[in-house]
Amino acid sequence: MSSNGRALQLEAVRKSFGEHEVLKGVDLDVGEHEVFCLIGASGSGKSTLLRCVNLLEPVNSGRILLHGEEITRRDVDVNRVRRGIGIVFQAYNLFPHMSVLRNVTLAPRKVLGKPGAEANAEAIALLERFGLADKRDEFPDRLSGGQQQRVAIVRALAMQPDLMLLDEVTSALDPELVAEVLSVIRELAEGGMTMLIATHEMTFARDIANKVCFLDEGRILEQGPPEKIFGDPEEPRTRQFLGRIVEAGRL
Amino acid sequence: MTTDADPGRGSRILGDLKGSGGGQRSVWIALASTLVFAGILVALIVTSPGWPAVKASFFNRKIFFDSLPEIAHAFLLNIRIFLTAEVFILVFALLIAVLRGLPGPVFFPIRGLAIAYTDFFRGVPTILVVYILGFGAPALQLSWLEWATPLFWGTLALVLVYSAYVAEVYRAGIESVHTSQEAAARSLGLSRLKTLRYVIVPQAVRRVIPPLLNDFIGLTKDTALVAFLGPVEAFRQSQIDVAATFNYTPYMCAALLFVLLTIPLARLTDWLVARERKRQLAGGAR
Repeated sequence: MSSNGRALQLEAVRKSFGEHEVLKGVDLDVGEHEVFCLIGASGSGKSTLLRCVNLLEPVNSGRILLHGEEITRRDVDVNRVRRGIGIVFQAYNLFPHMSVLRNVTLAPRKVLGKPGAEANAEAIALLERFGLADKRDEFPDRLSGGQQQRVAIVRALAMQPDLMLLDEVTSALDPELVAEVLSVIRELAEGGMTMLIATHEMTFARDIANKVCFLDEGRILEQGPPEKIFGDPEEPRTRQFLGRIVEAGRL
Repeated sequence: MTTDADPGRGSRILGDLKGSGGGQRSVWIALASTLVFAGILVALIVTSPGWPAVKASFFNRKIFFDSLPEIAHAFLLNIRIFLTAEVFILVFALLIAVLRGLPGPVFFPIRGLAIAYTDFFRGVPTILVVYILGFGAPALQLSWLEWATPLFWGTLALVLVYSAYVAEVYRAGIESVHTSQEAAARSLGLSRLKTLRYVIVPQAVRRVIPPLLNDFIGLTKDTALVAFLGPVEAFRQSQIDVAATFNYTPYMCAALLFVLLTIPLARLTDWLVARERKRQLAGGAR
């Protein structure tokens, strides 16, 4: 059961909600320190795929391996697995009844059992790194969308995950706030963080990804380096999808 | 519920006036119409044929001030019952609400028990629960329950009945917290229990403070039911005074004390809700 330098592997993963099959046998390999972008229309299964990796949704069949360990087995401790995976949601999902600092320190304190002072110091260092130090005592509702999303990223990072899942993290943001979040992600990529990113930001995906994968109706139609997918896609569906993106002025 | 339903807008009564354009003038109109309305009501009562008799037997100043100290002293017992019961209700009801929310087929029996509990104790009149526990439980003559006084059984009856109501309030609050909050907490590695403890329940409780208070105002009044088992609280004491003076004024005394207890409770809740809202939203830096 060797991972061969692969952080994440999906093997024939299927997932249905009732009658509706959202993932129809997905195979995927994400290497260590790789930035892997999932593109595709809304409803193509990108979010579901990320939620399956984080075990928020059980898969119907197939396997998911994290650093070579099968995490879709029934006897796996999901809380332990999730500690190593950070996920950031489209709607931020910060805890509205806690200050920014409490949001970030909750899991390190209550899951890892870190003493308050240590957790605080680490959280403050992270907040400083992402330009949020002065927001530590604010409540989420008082922050802009971009700030909230950066806090959500910091909250995930506080658990020191070795894999980050980003689920359309800029889709709920006003256009002028998108850049500040993307620059954070870029910084993470430069730091060697392994990331699986579902995104509609094609320009960003082209710039940052080592590998891009086009998901269409629950199947992977095409994957490869960004130059290949964006420059010379083979599948007609991929061409059609990218053509519409270009028309909309988003690439 | 009173004006707590929409705490963000401040006083619903005066808040609407400020917006109506007249400003100062509309406040005066409101005041005048209130006075006229109250005047008519008072005139109607005072001019009724039976008023002199009612006044003599319900509003006797001397009897009022004579019986007030005793009834006020007895009222301390109501407050004690209320405070004791409230602590247990808050904890017990939360437990029931959480048990009822347990997922999966394994926990079906526990969920079923929680549902049966709330159905039963919301269905049976409180006074019957007081009687059944107060007279039935001691009749079992269990030696390990010898210490249990009528006061204990009365308070326990209130805890059992009100926990059923409060559990439903908690449950509504828990279900109102969006599932994305649970997803966020679980994705950080928090267990189901810790997610409830640190993320779901704190948000749920904040949301249900106004309806919780509503139930507790009901509880302050129902502490009088314990009197039927013997303990001399405000209602029982006023009954004693009524029997001694052949005058109903002591009842008014007790009524006044109950009202005086609920008003600060209502204001306290308004204040708590407003403070929480301010903490989360003030500034509006969006």
